[in-house]
Amino acid sequence: MRLFQYHRPTTVDEAVGLLTDLGDEAVVLAGGTSLMNMVKLGLAEPEQVIALRGVRELHGVDTQPSDGLTFGAMTTLREIETSALVRGTAPGLAEAAHHVATVRIRNQATVGGSLVHADPNQDLPPMLMVHDALARVTGPDGSREVPVADMFLGYFETVVGAEEILRSVRVPVPRAGMRTGYLKFLPRTRDDYSTISVAAGVTLVDGRFEDARIAIAGGGSVPVRCRAAEAALVGNGTRPDVLAGAADVVPGEIDPISDGRGTSGYKRDMARVCTERLLRRLVAEARA
Amino acid sequence: MSGSHETITVTVNGLQRRVVTSPARPVLDVLREDLGLTGTKEGCSVGVCGACSILIDGQLMSACLVPVGELDGRDVTTVEGLASEDGELSAVQGAFLRCGAFQCGICTPGQVVAATALLAECPAPTPEQVREWMMGNLCRCTGYYSIVSAVLEAAAEARETSA
Repeated sequence: MRLFQYHRPTTVDEAVGLLTDLGDEAVVLAGGTSLMNMVKLGLAEPEQVIALRGVRELHGVDTQPSDGLTFGAMTTLREIETSALVRGTAPGLAEAAHHVATVRIRNQATVGGSLVHADPNQDLPPMLMVHDALARVTGPDGSREVPVADMFLGYFETVVGAEEILRSVRVPVPRAGMRTGYLKFLPRTRDDYSTISVAAGVTLVDGRFEDARIAIAGGGSVPVRCRAAEAALVGNGTRPDVLAGAADVVPGEIDPISDGRGTSGYKRDMARVCTERLLRRLVAEARA
Repeated sequence: MSGSHETITVTVNGLQRRVVTSPARPVLDVLREDLGLTGTKEGCSVGVCGACSILIDGQLMSACLVPVGELDGRDVTTVEGLASEDGELSAVQGAFLRCGAFQCGICTPGQVVAATALLAECPAPTPEQVREWMMGNLCRCTGYYSIVSAVLEAAAEARETSA
């Protein structure tokens, strides 16, 4: 593998300064599970690597009554999976994190890395989208907040600029009574990327959907919120034909590619099947 | 080959080591080539197979995916660090021997390190928890049954010893 120069900033400002000074030759190292593989395989040949591990302000899960949960970009997926705070406030995020690869990878991979790497098959982004999470990005001109749902531009491409760092992800206080779940369809092995995965959050009041959120990963170049399927639920009851009707809309809202994990048509079909299964599960849990 | 060298100070199996190298190199290469610790094996080299499982600050990780620059000032345990100084095997190592939880042996160091990490976090795992945790350590010989048995036996033994 090609070796690179290693930089260890200790503050976000220092990291942004390095990105600005080093220009196109620099990339950011968060957990390293993706970057190291890309360098080994020759898919990335960075000259300069800015390692964020030593930036203390990027670590940890924080909570404020009005802000919900805030994950520092360097929070590992294992921390999200096991955090009592996350499990209590937004259990769907812990569930989605648990489905990433193996415990070894989850100990190393970070929430910031998984967002900026922007592999469309990642598990956490669709659940963050269900939560209307916001990514905080810092560059030479200051900070801005971008909805996670709007940050992906295409395969491995996000709105985070070359001189910017994803600093944290904020999960607003979840809607009262919202029940979330994640279904990852894995026809090969448990540690694989999904063929298709569905994240959903539903709020039932008096047996009707007051609110519904559905996001799909693996259904194209970016994870997507399926607004038409959500609209098919809101205001309606929980009869099986309502759930099936919403799931029927999902294949039309995604654009999966054919690859080793299934053909485009198979993935569309499984997106429908998985959405229906997940909605049934959430409705059953809400009734229990 | 670009990338300037620096001195990395890291505690490996209780001993402080200094390595002068490029911080970009995978920990796996540094352990095997620079420190002579060849117990940690190279399998897939892309984080999937678990043959290079090590503990970094007690956390199970893939040595092939961590650049050694990330280790400065940290604590690493490899399979060589599991037995006591006088050579007495750890509970996990002993149980692997008794249960015949290996055949060719290439995955064994990673299996043993992964199981050690599990029992540190969860001293009394269920069989399902063992399978779930160990699924990232591939074995092409045993069919896994004897590995799961060994981990459960090591857990039971450790509990007896500490009781």
